[in-house]
Amino acid sequence: MHLSTEFGVWVAAFLTIGITSFLYKDNPFYKFCEALFVGISAGYWFVSLYFQNLLPKLFDNLGITRMLGLSEDNGAIQNILAGQWDERIWYVLAGILGLMMLMRLFPSIGWISRWPLAVVVGSTSGLYMITYFQSNFLSQLQKTVIPLIDLNKISALAAGGSLDNYFAAFLGNLVLVIGTLTGLAYFYFSKEHKGAFGFSAKIGIYFLMVTFGASFGYTVMSRMSLLIGRLYFLFGDWLGLIR
Amino acid sequence: MQRIFEKLLAIDRRIIFLVIFLALSIPIFLGIKINIKVTDEVQIFYDAISSLPSGSRIMVACDYDPGSEPELQPMAESGFRYFIQNNLRFVIIGLWPQGPMQANKALVSINEAKDEFIVENGDTLYFGTDLIVVGPDTARYGIDFVNLGFQAGNELVIQRMGSSIKAAFASDLRLGKPIEEFDIMRGLNQLSDFDFIFNLSAGYPGTVEWVQFAVDRFHVACGAGNTAVQAPQVYPYLDSGQLSGLMGGMKGAAELEKVVGHKAKATMFMVSQTAAHIFVILFIVIGNIAYFATRGKSGRKG
Repeated sequence: MHLSTEFGVWVAAFLTIGITSFLYKDNPFYKFCEALFVGISAGYWFVSLYFQNLLPKLFDNLGITRMLGLSEDNGAIQNILAGQWDERIWYVLAGILGLMMLMRLFPSIGWISRWPLAVVVGSTSGLYMITYFQSNFLSQLQKTVIPLIDLNKISALAAGGSLDNYFAAFLGNLVLVIGTLTGLAYFYFSKEHKGAFGFSAKIGIYFLMVTFGASFGYTVMSRMSLLIGRLYFLFGDWLGLIR
Repeated sequence: MQRIFEKLLAIDRRIIFLVIFLALSIPIFLGIKINIKVTDEVQIFYDAISSLPSGSRIMVACDYDPGSEPELQPMAESGFRYFIQNNLRFVIIGLWPQGPMQANKALVSINEAKDEFIVENGDTLYFGTDLIVVGPDTARYGIDFVNLGFQAGNELVIQRMGSSIKAAFASDLRLGKPIEEFDIMRGLNQLSDFDFIFNLSAGYPGTVEWVQFAVDRFHVACGAGNTAVQAPQVYPYLDSGQLSGLMGGMKGAAELEKVVGHKAKATMFMVSQTAAHIFVILFIVIGNIAYFATRGKSGRKG
């Protein structure tokens, strides 16, 4: 056993145990670690957004840092005043929209913040309309138009194959097509789910359940992985029990 | 029997936590090895990177933070090790602020040099940052790899790189030098100049955005490593051929370690993972049996 001599490791171990202590029951130790996490996260994001967004993109590009003597590089304002067009001046529009967004802090003029919000919603919708249509609709639809039984894979089976190959050749495409059609049937609400249509919708539910089950399984795996990572840290980096 | 089932249903959740804790902890010390089967998803990724000619340039997009380290860091380490061993050059970027730092951490981790630094032509080169040693192979900063850091803007950064990388990343993270001064960046003007994209993703922005913008719009092949939570969301992109390989969670990382021939942390952790899964399945089965057994009994009583 070789206990870590690094201060940071001890702090991390203290916080890990503090947060996981909630599994036993709520306690002041957990509350302290939780509050610390929330505070540090907020501080980190504030600093990160300032130094990675506001400072380089707005203040540097416009030349505000130059005006304040914090930078030696000319910004758009200095260049334009010197008679040289600088397209970075358009960042001023982003700055104004940003300021308008902050108006929601003042209830009497809070309505102003709806304007920049409208710009964000509009531009995001326009951007995603194309990308989702291409990536999540057309491409997916295209790959659903497939032969029910894959003749190429069947001919490959002649040379010998595993159970996976048999599934791929005879059942894979069939499951995909049935799953897609019955899943769509379940989400079609213009016709009552009765008779043959109701039956196919019910099959669709089973496909959805399998999907949710797979997602849940993956989530369990993910959470276990994170816990393994923390245990490895505690036993290895902190306590030195693992070589 | 009825009483046992009722007790099982009312079991204190802390006992379950304790069992899971033991199931995860004990295997770490036992050193058991399990056989890991490489699935088609990971094989497709390996086939894609192994078919790249020597000297190809790969963009490594690290879109994750320390919270996802146990799942994605082994993938980053395996990927970097393979790239260096096979003379594949790589450019690191991040759409998450901590992603490029995680990449640096992975590079330090795979570096095998015993010394701290070396003096070459008057320049001090630090191992793990300027120079990475993996067996007989080396990678040098600026020539074989470079870290351009984080850029805010989510998917719009990808969109911007589609027309100009320089517009999205003007300088690198380590030295703050303009990117055109690096040897590796010569001829890399836009996203489509890359031969491959390796995305490590823990959420938004991540693999979904890389597929939508880089793959479908700029036609660059992309392989991804995802947290297990996110993997089911991106599987449809794999089946449709939009993704060139997918590694999901720690299992995917362990498979990657096997396929590149360097078993490390993820492989070791899979024993704990398997043990915990067995107990979770047992709990689900026992819980369901107990539930149906007691429900039938109470129904008859009623």
